[in-house]
Formats: sequence, C-alpha cells, structure tokens
Amino acid sequence: MSPKESSIAPVEQPFIDGCHQGVLRLQRCTRCHRHQFYPRLVCGYCWARDLEWVSASGKGRIASFTVVRLAVSPAHEAPYVVALVDLEEGPRMMSRVTDCDPESVQIGAQVKVAFAETSDGAPLPVFEPDND
Amino acid sequence: MMGSLRGKVAIVGAADTAVGKVPEMSATELCVDAILRAVADAGLKKGDIDGLVTCNSMSQPMLYHAEAIAEYLQIFPRYCIAAGAGGGTTFSILHHAASAIATGMAETIVIAMADSLRSGLTREQAMLMQSSTGHPRFEQPYGPTVPAYYALIAQAHMAEYGTREEHFAEVAVACRAHAARNPAAQMRDPITVDDVLNSRMIADPLHLLDCSLVSDGGAAIVLTSAERARDFPHDPVYLLGVGEGHIHEHISQAHSLTTSAAREAGARAYDMAGLGPSDMDFAQLYDCFTPTVLVELEDLGFCRKGEGGDFLTSEGIGPTGALPVNTHGGMLSHSHPGNPGSMFALTESVHQLRHDAGKRQVSDAKVGLLHAQGGIMSSHTTLILGREAG
Repeated sequence: MSPKESSIAPVEQPFIDGCHQGVLRLQRCTRCHRHQFYPRLVCGYCWARDLEWVSASGKGRIASFTVVRLAVSPAHEAPYVVALVDLEEGPRMMSRVTDCDPESVQIGAQVKVAFAETSDGAPLPVFEPDND
Repeated sequence: MMGSLRGKVAIVGAADTAVGKVPEMSATELCVDAILRAVADAGLKKGDIDGLVTCNSMSQPMLYHAEAIAEYLQIFPRYCIAAGAGGGTTFSILHHAASAIATGMAETIVIAMADSLRSGLTREQAMLMQSSTGHPRFEQPYGPTVPAYYALIAQAHMAEYGTREEHFAEVAVACRAHAARNPAAQMRDPITVDDVLNSRMIADPLHLLDCSLVSDGGAAIVLTSAERARDFPHDPVYLLGVGEGHIHEHISQAHSLTTSAAREAGARAYDMAGLGPSDMDFAQLYDCFTPTVLVELEDLGFCRKGEGGDFLTSEGIGPTGALPVNTHGGMLSHSHPGNPGSMFALTESVHQLRHDAGKRQVSDAKVGLLHAQGGIMSSHTTLILGREAG
C-alpha cells in the first residue's frame, strides 16, 4: 500500500515530506483561504496560483466506508476498511480506517490520522478511531 | 447559433454480436462483426458509411482505434474518431455523432464498441484494469476495488436515507427477470432478493449478485439525419433529447456521494426533448452495480431524492413494474464487456421503439430514457429516444 516515490510530482512533495515527518499537510489558498486536497498548482475554488502548505489537525469524520472482503491485489489483505474521511479543515480524502474491528466502523464516527509504514515509499496517512 | 438536436437525427441500424463467452473472436473482430451486422440491419453497403466512432478496447488496445477498424474494413470515412469516457462513452459519442451529422461533418455514422473482457484479457491486463481506476497517489494505495467505490456510495445512501440492502437487491432481481425473457442474455435463471443477500459479500453492502457481469461482446448502431431516416428498412428511432453532466473524476472529489451529475444530464435532456420522467415508457439505466440504478432513478426524477428504495419495492422496475428498466437484462444479467456495456441498452431501446423486442416488448412503447455514466459516477449522459421525430 504505497505509491512509487519516483512518480512524485513537485507539487506533491511537501505532502510526501509531511508524511515522512508524521504530519498531514494541506494546501491553503492565500486569496480565498480555503483548504484543498489533493495538491494542485492552482486553487480549485478561485483559481489563484498562490497556495501555502499548512499542517492539518489530523482530525476528521467518516463520510463513508466499506469493508473490502475480496481484494484484487496481493498487496492488500482482506478484510480491510476503505473510507472517505472529511477533514476538520474541509477537504475529503480517501484512506483506510485501521486499529479497530472493521465491523465497528460507522459513518459519522470521529477519526484521527496515523501513518502506516509502506514497503517502498513514504508512510501513508490512515485513520484510527478518535475516542478523545 | 445552432438549434437544438431534437428530432434532427435517427438510428436506422442496430445490432449486437454474440455476448457472454465468445472466445473465438478478439475485441477487434467483435467490433468488426458488430459493424457488419448493424450496417446490414440498416440495409446499407460498405460505401455508404462516411463516419465512424469507436472506443478503444481493454483487451486489444490500439493507439488509433477508429482508424484501425476503418482500415480493417477498408472504409475511408471523412469523420473518424475513437473516444473514451468509460461506461459513459456510448451515449456521449452518440451526442457528438449527432452534432457531427447536424453540422454536416458526416451523413451516415456508425458507432461501434466491443471488448473481450471474459476471454481476451491476460492476467496482467485484468489486474491493470482493476487497479487503474482511482487516483494513483491519493486513492489507489488504499486498495479500493471497483466494487468498493460503489459500496462507498451505497453506504452513504443507506446512512442518509435509510436505504437497505434489500432495496439494492431488487435491482438485480428485476434485471434478471427481464433477462429471463431475452434469449441473448448471459444469465437467465430467475433470482430472488434472498439469493442476492445470500451471495458472497464483496465490499459491504455489495454482494456478488449486486455486481455486473464480465463478458465478451460488442454492438453497433447506424445514425443518420432525420430527413434520410425514412428511406431505411426499419422504423427510425429519433433522438429527442440529450444532455451531459460532469462534476468529478475521483469519487473522493465528488460534491455529493448520494446525488450525481445524472441530475444535470437528465435535466438537459428533458429540456431538449420537452418531456419529463412521467412520459417515459421504459428506461435503461447504467447498472454496473445495483446502487447505481437506485441513485439514477432519483437523480433522473423517477422518484424523489432518498425514495429510490421505496420506488423499487412499491412501483417496481421489472417486466410488470411501473417503469421497466433494463429490458434486455442490463449489465447485471445481459452482459458487461466493459466500456461497451451500455451499447446493448442502446440497441435494446431501438428494438423496443421499433416494436420488435419479442417477448420483452414494452406495450406500445413510444419514448424511452437511457442513462450511462463512466468512471465512478463521473461522466454522465442521458438520451431520450422516440418513435416520432417530435
């Protein structure tokens, strides 16, 4: 469960660096001040090109999820939970929900980011139940 | 300013190849076979075709697919292009081909698509096809399978509107009931809601029987101007409305998980046709997975948002339902050779509107709606077809 490091685009590098440091980073537009994910050359909302990188709180809620029972790649061992997580800052991202029983996952549940080691790339941001 | 495409073009030829398991033919050969059959159905000859639109195949991908098919058949069109919008390609290219006829780029266009997903893929190609969907850095590393993407939509709908697995299962049951009346369908044995719910869980809440088939097959149609359309052997089937909607590629970027751009596509098609959902005698709705149909029923206005589950159980979409949907059996039960999947919804609609659909004929069908989407609810096109030009 890891993208190839070699394919990292310059616009993605600060995000990858953050993953190595255990920090979830987002782009924020300096004009309209909205956060966006995935990284782009331009703000998708107002088309300003002047974007800054900020650290996200790492907190979010599960917008939806599924338990994959049948994997298609040997890189993934079923069952596992693929989820869409709404970050506190606004953007939605795909991820995994880990460190819990897959049967206990629910839409709306609060989660916090963690970083899963990968065999051939940067640690991958995943989410765990946030019981705080 | 161009006028509306309403009533300007008509389908005058339509044909399918054999579908299901067709190991004796490659994707290219299936495409060629479909073209020959559709041109024969239109009563045309080799030299009559001056436009060709195709879609690349997964099993025999080519850099210049439409050129290659034209070359194979030794036809020399003045309009020739391959397009790709996943499962949405069929109706999207019909939109473009209709515009090409209306603007004089071509007079008689063949639209043809085929693939050989059941027999023609190497293991590597099959893996690549499964894993190439999704954002390579921000989705694929998490191992989302194609059913998983649609499961995310289904789960969100269940949480937001109280939809249940049983509702999704009704779609599979209805498609199979239609397929039982279609000798060409790949899967024809009737199934029940319990059969769907008891089939293997693939990605919650989607069971095996909530997922469409994997097939070989192809189909083609012949499109020409409405003025010429009366000179053909079969009753012409007119394009009355067409509309598209495009909001995202990746499901993680969708504005809503439960409302799709089918809403925009449908509204644009209804507006052009001057018709609404209640005018439709049947609908062919893209059914890669059962929840897709439920969302489309809502977004295309056949019921209110969130009431798709009730519509499926109380109104029904089977052969005796209030709105027959996927009268050939759909991709859930007729066939699903990948991108060409919705071609069969198109050729089926031609037969319904010609009134030659045999045992599955919708009584006195005058107008039908077709909807397809490609990607993960990404590229949406709605067509409205009718027996009369307007």
